[in-house]
Amino acid sequence: MAALGQAHVEGTPQGDAWWIQVIPVIVGLGGFGVYATFRAFEGAYFQWGPYLSPFYSPLIDVHHHYWPFSPALLILAAPLGFPITCYYYRKAYYRAFFLDPPGCAVPEKTGRRYGGETKFPFILQNAHRYFMYLAVVFLSFLWYDAVRSFFFENGFGIGVGSIVLLVNIILLTLYLFSCHSLRHLLGGKLDCFSCVNFGGPRHSSWRGLSAMNEHHMLFAWMSLLSVGFADFYVRLVSSGAIRDLRLL
Amino acid sequence: MAEAVLRIFRGTREGGEPVEYRVPVATGMVVLDALHYVQKHQAPDLAVRWNCKAGKCGSCSAEVNGRPRLTCKTRMDTLPQDKPITIFPMKAFPVIKDLVTDVSWNYKVNKKIPPFQPRKGVEWKMYQPDIDRVQEFRKCIECFLCQNVCHVLRDHGKQEEFGGPRFFVRVAGLEMHPLDGLSRTSLLKDELGLGLCNITKCCTEVCPEGIRITDNAIIPLKERVVDEFYDPLLRLVRKIRNAGKPAPE
Repeated sequence: MAALGQAHVEGTPQGDAWWIQVIPVIVGLGGFGVYATFRAFEGAYFQWGPYLSPFYSPLIDVHHHYWPFSPALLILAAPLGFPITCYYYRKAYYRAFFLDPPGCAVPEKTGRRYGGETKFPFILQNAHRYFMYLAVVFLSFLWYDAVRSFFFENGFGIGVGSIVLLVNIILLTLYLFSCHSLRHLLGGKLDCFSCVNFGGPRHSSWRGLSAMNEHHMLFAWMSLLSVGFADFYVRLVSSGAIRDLRLL
Repeated sequence: MAEAVLRIFRGTREGGEPVEYRVPVATGMVVLDALHYVQKHQAPDLAVRWNCKAGKCGSCSAEVNGRPRLTCKTRMDTLPQDKPITIFPMKAFPVIKDLVTDVSWNYKVNKKIPPFQPRKGVEWKMYQPDIDRVQEFRKCIECFLCQNVCHVLRDHGKQEEFGGPRFFVRVAGLEMHPLDGLSRTSLLKDELGLGLCNITKCCTEVCPEGIRITDNAIIPLKERVVDEFYDPLLRLVRKIRNAGKPAPE
């Protein structure tokens, strides 16, 4: 069925530069994608002292006994599945990369078959909660790495890298705790909080997560930048391009 | 007094074109005031649907400078005055005349949704924490701006398969009601086409009542549909729980 309306609206909204919203997303997500792919395949400069790049954590078969390629390739699909199926990033890349739509009330290319998230591959977005479960596991590895980054050969210390890894894991945790699926799991799925066991705590946690959920986009971008920067920092130190500054 | 140029769509379903009118701009004036000025002084046959002029009846929806808005809540001083202000009818619905569109399709969709049905033997008592969510959805004034901006309806013409954000809000209000006993997840998946929504949040952006349509209604409903149809673990849990129980009549 054709649209009920009529083709009377002239082009894009007057003065509405919709591409202003789209370009930063293309640059940000596209840039991260290119950098992460390069680093995943590079297979080097991912570790220095107590620092381990988040792209390579947990470190598996680093000496290539069973896996001849970069160890990042063994694990990266799992943590990347979480942002790829994330409700916020879906909005961002549907708009920026698929132009579906490019912006609100901005005309898009019609005539092709639109299936939304009902057909392959986008129907797989429904697996978001499973990637969320995996993200919890990976987050615990990254917390371990962040804590370990404070313990140098000669004992406890604080390096710039320690701070970078700690900030990164805090931002990633905020991103995870503002997740729509987690909010649903912990309380959103209930119709009546007062009718179930532990309804009070579940309502409180649902309310808390809902408050964080309002900032999901912010946490998504901050954590994306921090992961990229944390890896970049470890690479710089590991390759000898810079020296890690010890603060303590 | 400053003057604004309005380019207002004049015509019917068969066709039409924008016509320019000059309107003096007074302090605090909204677009609907400007339309009334045109009606009173220049084009008495200009068709505009309006009622409360207070952002509560949801009648005066239109596209101002290409953006779906309530004309009664759009102040003239927020629009650039150095070029004509375009005012068009909502694109997703057929024009009846000028700025008035036929929104009756929405009422047909509404009829598909089973109304509130209390759980068997329910105690008629509700606590505030249980109805916080539902109260947000009750703010909807049915202006249909969310339906109009939704690209699934506006650009892809999926009116046959898709209910649209307004009706996801309505279903969310029923599904999350603490006393309601009916499940509407099959309806959401199969008849209202929830999966066609690719959560681009335009409905939330244009909602004059500030309802967080995508985050609080559509995504929670998508999660409920996943619970029911796409989560193999939950399916297994349900199977184990129901094993040995008599099949429902």
